[in-house]
Amino acid sequence: MNEAYEVIVGLETHAELNTETKIYCSCKNEFGGLVNSNCCPICTGMPGTLPTLNAEVVNSAIKMGHACACTIHNVCKQDRKNYFYPDLPKAYQISQFDVPLCEGGYVDVILDETGATKRIGITRIHIEEDAGKLIHGDTFSGSLVDFNRCGVPLIEIVSEPDMRSSAEAKAYLDTIKAILQYLDISDCKMQEGSIRCDVNVSVRKRGDPNFGTRVEMKNVNSFSAVTRAIDYEAARQIAVLEAGGEIHQETRRWDDLKGENVLLRSKEDAQDYRYFPEPDLLTIVVPEEQVEALRAGLPELPNVRCKRLMQEHGLPYFDANLLVENRDRGDLFEETVALGAPAKAVANWLNGDAARLLGERNLTLAETKLTAKELAAMVNAIERKDISNTAGKTVIEEIMFTGKTVDAVIAEKGLAQISDAAALTATAQEVLAANEKAVADFQNGKTNVLGFLVGQCMRASRGQGNPALFREILEGLLKG
Amino acid sequence: MELYAMTAAALSAAMRRGEVSSAEITQSVFDRIRAVEDKVGAYVTLCEEEAMAQAAAIDARRRAGEALPPLAGIPVAVKDNICTEGVRTTCASKILGNFVPPYSAAAYEKLVAAGAVMTGKTNMDEFAMGSSCENSAMHPTCNPRDLSRVPGGSSGGSAAAVAAGEAILALGSDTGGSIRQPASLCGVVGLKPTYGAVSRYGLVAFASSLDQIGPFGRTVEDTAMLLSAICGPDAHDATSARREYPDFAAGLGRGVKGLRIGLPREYFGPGISDEVRASVMAAVEAFRAEGAQVREISLPSTDAALSVYYIIACAEASSNLARFDGVKYGYRAAQYENLTDLYERTRSEGFGDEVKRRIMLGTMVLSTGYSDAFYKRAKRMQGRIRAEFAEAFETCDLILTPTSPTTAFRLGEHVDDPIRMYASDVCTVTVNIASLPAISIPCGTGDGGLPIGLQLIGPRFSEALLLNAADHYEKLAGGFGAVPAVG
Repeated sequence: MNEAYEVIVGLETHAELNTETKIYCSCKNEFGGLVNSNCCPICTGMPGTLPTLNAEVVNSAIKMGHACACTIHNVCKQDRKNYFYPDLPKAYQISQFDVPLCEGGYVDVILDETGATKRIGITRIHIEEDAGKLIHGDTFSGSLVDFNRCGVPLIEIVSEPDMRSSAEAKAYLDTIKAILQYLDISDCKMQEGSIRCDVNVSVRKRGDPNFGTRVEMKNVNSFSAVTRAIDYEAARQIAVLEAGGEIHQETRRWDDLKGENVLLRSKEDAQDYRYFPEPDLLTIVVPEEQVEALRAGLPELPNVRCKRLMQEHGLPYFDANLLVENRDRGDLFEETVALGAPAKAVANWLNGDAARLLGERNLTLAETKLTAKELAAMVNAIERKDISNTAGKTVIEEIMFTGKTVDAVIAEKGLAQISDAAALTATAQEVLAANEKAVADFQNGKTNVLGFLVGQCMRASRGQGNPALFREILEGLLKG
Repeated sequence: MELYAMTAAALSAAMRRGEVSSAEITQSVFDRIRAVEDKVGAYVTLCEEEAMAQAAAIDARRRAGEALPPLAGIPVAVKDNICTEGVRTTCASKILGNFVPPYSAAAYEKLVAAGAVMTGKTNMDEFAMGSSCENSAMHPTCNPRDLSRVPGGSSGGSAAAVAAGEAILALGSDTGGSIRQPASLCGVVGLKPTYGAVSRYGLVAFASSLDQIGPFGRTVEDTAMLLSAICGPDAHDATSARREYPDFAAGLGRGVKGLRIGLPREYFGPGISDEVRASVMAAVEAFRAEGAQVREISLPSTDAALSVYYIIACAEASSNLARFDGVKYGYRAAQYENLTDLYERTRSEGFGDEVKRRIMLGTMVLSTGYSDAFYKRAKRMQGRIRAEFAEAFETCDLILTPTSPTTAFRLGEHVDDPIRMYASDVCTVTVNIASLPAISIPCGTGDGGLPIGLQLIGPRFSEALLLNAADHYEKLAGGFGAVPAVG
C-alpha cells in the first residue's frame, strides 16, 4: 500500500443470536432444515398477522451492550425499515432507527504480541430481524425463496471509523466474535452465516485531519474476506486519488472469488427506507434492576482474560490468545493450572494436540470427556517423567474420548516410562552393540549421532524408556 | 315476525326455550339473502353450506343439554378483511381475490368459540379505504333503506347486511369511522371499541395504530352481546390490553340521571347538514329530560383531525400494503420483464385507484425531507388531540356528536371528489386518533326517510358506559331494529 495514505475502516457487524425461538414468532431459531419448513404465517408476513417480541433477544443485546461498555436505553422502540425484496416478505424489516437499545461504547482490541491494545468505539447496537434467502439453481428458472431464516434475531453492532488497517479490522472482528461466544448469545458459526459484515472504507493522506469519502461494501461474508475486501478497496481508492480522480459515496458489492468489488448503487440511488415507529409493537421497557442484573452476570471477557493470562502465567500473547479464543478452552486451562500443573505445558497441550484432535473430529471441547483433573494428571506425569512426551499424545486422545483416567491408560497401554538405570543401561548396551558404525562415528567426533542412538533405545524399550536418562547413560558408555 | 328480522337477544332466548332452532334461524337468514342480496350486494362470499352445518352442530349440542353461550346459533356476517381459515378473505381487492388464509383472526376464533354461525364475508371499500363501499373491486353495496344510495364505508357490507336482515349481527373494522359511519347511514348500531380491546390478530392491516374490529347490531343490546364475545386480551397482539371485560349486555338499564354529556361545538359547525343537526339536538334534549347534564365543550384541534388522520393512516398503509407484491400469494401480473417490473405491474393492476392514492400519499409523508413536515408533525398533533379529549373527560362522562355530517349520499355522488369523500369522516376520525371507544346509534330520519345517527364517545375502556347511555336512548326512542322492506 502507498505509505502516504492511511486507511479508515468502520464495520457494521450482524450477529445472529442463539435464542430458542425467532424474534417475533414461536418458530424454532435454528439453521438449515428443509426449505420453508421452519416458518409460519407470522415470520412470512401473511396478511393480518402480528409480531410479538421475544424478550430473550432484548436480554442478549443488553449483555452485548454491557460487554461493550455501552449506555443501555432501557426505554426504546422498534421501527420499520421499508424496502422491496423477495426475501423480505413484509416488505419491511423490523429494526431500530433513532433509539437503539445500546449506544456509545467501546471494545479494547489486542493488536500485537506485546499485548498492546487499541480502543475501538462502538456507535450503537440494535436488535432486528433477519430476512430469508433467495435460491438460484440450474434445475429451475428464476429464483426461489426460502423463508426459514426470516425472523431469526440479529444484533447489529456498528463501530466507529476507528480502525486503520485490515489487520485492525480483523483483530476487532476476532474480539467481537470471542465476546459473543463468551456471552453465549451467538453460535458464531461463520460457515452458517451467523456473523456477517458491511465494511465502510475511506482513505486520506497521512496527517490530514479530515476523513475521505467513504464507500460501503456489502456481501463480505467471512473474516478473511474482510481483510481482502479492505485491502482491495483501499488500494482502489488510492489509485483513483493518485490518478487525480475523486471518490464517490457509494455502495459496492464484494466478490470474494474474483477478489474485487463492483458498484452496487451510487449515493443518488440510495434507498429511502422511510423509517417510522413499528405500530404493531409496544415501547420496549426493561426495568433498571434487570439491566443491572444482566451487567452483574457478565463473565470476564476474552480480551481482558487474555491480558490477565499473559500476566499471571507469563504466557506469550500467542498462547494466551489461543486459550481465550474459546471460552471452554480458557476455563479448562485455568482449572488445570489451579490443580498445580505447569501453565506453559498445559497451554501447549490444549492449543496443540487437543485442538488438533477436536479439529479432526469436528467436535467442541464440551463434547469430549476431558477434565481438568485428568489433564493435570497427565501433564504432571510427563513432568515427573512417569511417561514420555510421546506417550502423552496417546494419553490425551484416550482421556478426551474414552473418559478413562490417566493411570488406567498408562497401565492398559503399558506407557509407564522406565527410569530404572540398570534396566536402561542394559538396553543401551544392546543398542550400542548393534550399531557399531554409529559408535565409531561418535568416537570420531560426530556427536550428533547421539540423537539417533537415543531413538534406537526408545524403540528398543518400546517407548517406555526415559529418553533423558537414555541420553545420559549413552554418553557415559560412549565416553567411558 | 320473520326470524331474520328478530334481535339476537330474542332469538337467543327463544333457542334457550327450545322454541326455535339455529337451523331455522339460519335458514330464514339465507332465505332473506336470496330475496334481497341481488339488490343490496352486502356480501363478497356466502357460506351457506358451512353455516347450515354449524347451525346443525349447535342445535345438536343444545339438544344434548349443553349450556351454550348467548351467541350460540346466531348468524353473524364477517367483514372480508378479517381472516377466516379456509374461507376466501379478499379485502374486496383484486390483489387478494384468490387469497384463502391458513389461519383465523383471533376475533373470529372467539366468535366460533361462542358458537356463532358465520353467514359469509361482507363487502367493503378495498382494504377498508373509503366511506361508501364504492371502492370495492367486487361490486358496490347499496343502502337497504334506499338502493340508490351508498351504505357508507368501509364496513358498508356489514352494515347493509344487518340492516337488511341478511345477518343478525356483523363484525366490521373501524380505522377512521368505518363502523360508525355506515351504521349511521344504514340506521343500525355500530361500536368502535377502545384501541386494544379486541385483538387485531388476523385483521388485514390498513393503519395498525388506528384499526379496531367492532360489532354491528340492530339494537344496542345485540351490539353489546357481540362486543362481549370478541373483547379480551390476546398474546398474539402486543397492542391488545391485558384486562378483563364485563358482560356488556347484562350491564344495561342503569339510566342516565346525572350523566355529564359534553357537546363539542366544533362538531356542530357549518359542515353538518341542518337535518342532522336538528335530529342530534333533539336526542340531546331527550337525554337532558332524563336527567343528564348537558354542556357545551370545545375540542379546538378538531379542524386538524382529518389531515392528521389521513397522514398517519396513509403512512402506515403504505408500509402495511407493501407486502402485496405478487411474490408469495394473491394476484401476480401475468407478464413481467424483471423483479421491479413484477412489483410494478402486480401492484398497478392489483390495487384500485383509492388504495394507490393512499399508498402514494403515505409513501410521500414518510419520505426523507417530508417526514418532519408531515408524518412527525401529524404525530405531534395526535398528542394534542389526545390531550384535549383527556381534558374534556375531566368534566364530562361522555361526548355526543353527529356520526356523519349528512345522511346517505347517492351512489357515484362523491366518487370523483376524494376530498369530499374524506370529509364524511370528519366526526369519526378523532376517536381513532385518540384510541377511544365510540358508538353510533340511530336518532331519527331526514329527507326521504334516510337514517341519521349520533355518536357517543367515551374515555378509554368506557364501553359499558357508552352502551348503557345508548340503550337508554333506544328505549326512549321506542326501540331500534326494524328491518325495512328492500327495493
